[in-house]
Amino acid sequence: MYGWIWRHLPGPTPVRLLIALVLIAGIVLLLFTVVFPWLEPLLPFTDVTVDDSGSLTSVTVPTGSPTPFP
Amino acid sequence: MHGLRTAIRGTGEGMITLGLVLLLFCVYQLVWTNVEANAATAATGDDLREAWVATSPEPAPAPAPAPASAPAPAPVTPSNAFAFIHIPRLAPGFVKPVVEGVTPADLAKGVGHYPTSVMPGVVGNFAVAGHRATNGEPFRELDKLRAGDAVVIETADTWYTYTMSRSEIVKPTQTDVLLPVPRSPGVSATEPLITLTTCNPRWASTERLIWYGALSGTQPKTAGPPPALAGAGA
Repeated sequence: MYGWIWRHLPGPTPVRLLIALVLIAGIVLLLFTVVFPWLEPLLPFTDVTVDDSGSLTSVTVPTGSPTPFP
Repeated sequence: MHGLRTAIRGTGEGMITLGLVLLLFCVYQLVWTNVEANAATAATGDDLREAWVATSPEPAPAPAPAPASAPAPAPVTPSNAFAFIHIPRLAPGFVKPVVEGVTPADLAKGVGHYPTSVMPGVVGNFAVAGHRATNGEPFRELDKLRAGDAVVIETADTWYTYTMSRSEIVKPTQTDVLLPVPRSPGVSATEPLITLTTCNPRWASTERLIWYGALSGTQPKTAGPPPALAGAGA
């Protein structure tokens, strides 16, 4: 995969290296701004609220109504 | 033969790539979310201080119509900060903005107020949630709280000092900790209470760490910080 990419990058080695670094930077940026923020709420590390929805997202309870959990 | 070699190499490169992505995710969770949340928390706090300064000259007419014991709280809008929470036990000068709402976006800006719970100082339960790990982790050391510790809520015009009484660890579905009288369905509240919630254990989040307290003192901002904050220099 990496070999295939390297062979298909245009130009001499320094140019290829530069393009490769830009590609890596772009992928890291995409991960940090899109993929990881999307993934984060699906994992349990950041759950701090009590909720009875059964899902991992934070949902609050209606006030006053007795909770179904004794 | 060539095809097999390519396939094996491709699999190996895929594995290495996956490992690097997972490492990057750890960096994102452990470092980057804190960097972003700390910046957002600071900005939220600054905005609230500025809003308070901007609106404060107005409600300073002659204090003739002596307000009832608790002044009416300023209007609160979702995802906006309306107060600060001070917990001297967690760190000297510990202060975080309290944001209305407990969505992940709200909790990344400070401590979140359950919208279904009452406002500070009001009879009933003032319930807030905060991250224990990642995203600024304001409640990282909530397990260091002790009975008798003060949690001070600072609104535009009032200091509310709550004295914490006890903690417990509950299931994530135990929503009755947020009731007007926690864990007592159907019981009417008679005093202003506070509930703090965060995850437990710190990195697993299979349970919730809960702290309860009751209002022990109220004083206007004009009277200066409450005794609980005086020692630490607020």
